[in-house]
Amino acid sequence: MSAISLSPKPESATAPGPTKPALRHRLAERGVDRTLLLILPGVIAMAALFCYPFIYGLGVSLQPAKGGVLGAYKSFFTDSFSEGTIWKTFSLAIPSSIINVGLSVPISYRMRGEFRGKRLLLTLLVVPITLGTVLTAEGILEYFGPVGWFNLTLQKLGLVSAGHPLTLINDYWGVLFSLIISGFPFAFLLTHSYLSGIHPALEKAAATLGAGWWQRFRFVTFPLLLPGLLTTFSLTFVLGFSVFPSAMMVGDPDGKTHVISIETYEQALQNFNYPQGCADAMIMTAMMLAVIGLVMGVRSLFYAGSAGGGKG
Amino acid sequence: MRTRALTMRPGSWLVWAVVVFFMINMVGVIGSVVLDSFGTTWFNGWTPAGYTGSNYSSAWNEFNLGQVMTVTFEITFLVVGLSLLLGVPASYALARRDFPGKRAVMLLFVLPILVPPIAYGIPLATVLYKFHLAGSLTGVVLANLVPSIPFVVYTMTPFIEQIDPRLEQAARMCGAPTRSVLGRIIAPLLLPGMLAAGILVLVRTFGMFELTFLTSGPTSSTLVVSLFSAVFSAGIRSAQSIDAMAVIYTGSMLVLLVIALRFVNPTQLVARSRD
Repeated sequence: MSAISLSPKPESATAPGPTKPALRHRLAERGVDRTLLLILPGVIAMAALFCYPFIYGLGVSLQPAKGGVLGAYKSFFTDSFSEGTIWKTFSLAIPSSIINVGLSVPISYRMRGEFRGKRLLLTLLVVPITLGTVLTAEGILEYFGPVGWFNLTLQKLGLVSAGHPLTLINDYWGVLFSLIISGFPFAFLLTHSYLSGIHPALEKAAATLGAGWWQRFRFVTFPLLLPGLLTTFSLTFVLGFSVFPSAMMVGDPDGKTHVISIETYEQALQNFNYPQGCADAMIMTAMMLAVIGLVMGVRSLFYAGSAGGGKG
Repeated sequence: MRTRALTMRPGSWLVWAVVVFFMINMVGVIGSVVLDSFGTTWFNGWTPAGYTGSNYSSAWNEFNLGQVMTVTFEITFLVVGLSLLLGVPASYALARRDFPGKRAVMLLFVLPILVPPIAYGIPLATVLYKFHLAGSLTGVVLANLVPSIPFVVYTMTPFIEQIDPRLEQAARMCGAPTRSVLGRIIAPLLLPGMLAAGILVLVRTFGMFELTFLTSGPTSSTLVVSLFSAVFSAGIRSAQSIDAMAVIYTGSMLVLLVIALRFVNPTQLVARSRD
């Protein structure tokens, strides 16, 4: 009876049977009512455009032209060229995300407070995110190229001799630079906003108790920041792991930067070997999710509570 | 202020040096593209041999940029409209109701953000080819909806959570039918959030490379994809006109960004606590 009288719907007065509330009300108590129908268009769109293709792709990857059910997966791991893409991808994604997160911590720690021109600096840092990978790659090709400004400056400073510029493009380094240029601002903005979510009163309290800046950072700010940092790490890792246009343009797509996304693309849309392409996509997804799962697992080991100040 | 600035600790100097070094390289990366787009030839040395504006007109004609721009904006606005239409109701339900299976729905919406675009783009392109949608405008819009809808959901859900549900209840108490509650109470309150989410989706879709690249055909490529193809089939075209195209792309991106920053503060998307 109480369920009916508490129900906000005016129809509750017409509910049948005083002993057992209508199914509708029992569902409404658990949060299932007509409002929930609003979720359907979005969920159906995601199911049709994300889940169905994924399952379809899984099915295609299990029907290769030769080699049985797991043939496409076997051929990925037995061919040293395609298997090498795993190492190449990780050797780009891990250093770039460590550099991006590692640089953003001291810089955003330094920029905690308010100062003149802070909004301008933040705006300048957002620009590279929106440039997109293609433009960044185009810029890197010219700036870091053998006759680009970077090498010219090094020559002027006498760090390299005139005839032997540093080879930075069409190499591992160009791709790493492009990952830093597009990834660092992103990592910085995330770290900065996590850091501004930690109440300054906590650090002031530590300072009152006589903690130096290193102790305040090491024992107060850093532990509170760590969950946010791990999230930032996984998001920049996603960016680095799925590097595609810059690895093609500024990298060495047939050699040192033949990353897994290039291998997947070439199999599916250049060789038209769809089973192999889909299998590569599945392997890529599995590795990605494994890394994210690992990082999130580590994250759950740390304190993840309120970082606000004051009471409660 | 000035004396304090001069007596900063070595650590601060180091941090600012890194920021300045990053900025200088950024300016170099963007600047060399912009300068080259106005140059005649630039084989070596600090600056191009001469300056001209003809690269822009030749880029506009060679790459058929008029048509490419039209297609880009059609795709972008369709994606923004559709993702708002599908995403906002879903985020309303997610913000207001706690129901069995909510975590599964949240997972469904977070996966497209985490999985690399190439990894789901390849199966998606395969499916779109099967239904003869790949290569058409529809196919590109459908592919771009996959990351956009979750993005709208994750931007809008916290936004709706902070709107007091008692406002709607009060309107109902005063006898407003569902139609008026939606149109006169919820919609005006949601408008700023929808604007922010829409602009962010706009910027993302405009710069989205992988999905558009995998699903577009000759008549449905966006500006980024044409730029990429131009770089890859270089040789026939001068590097300068490719750079001119890149500058047109950056210019439009910057205009969108300036508009976006008027409405959205990028650092407040994650943390909602303030001091």
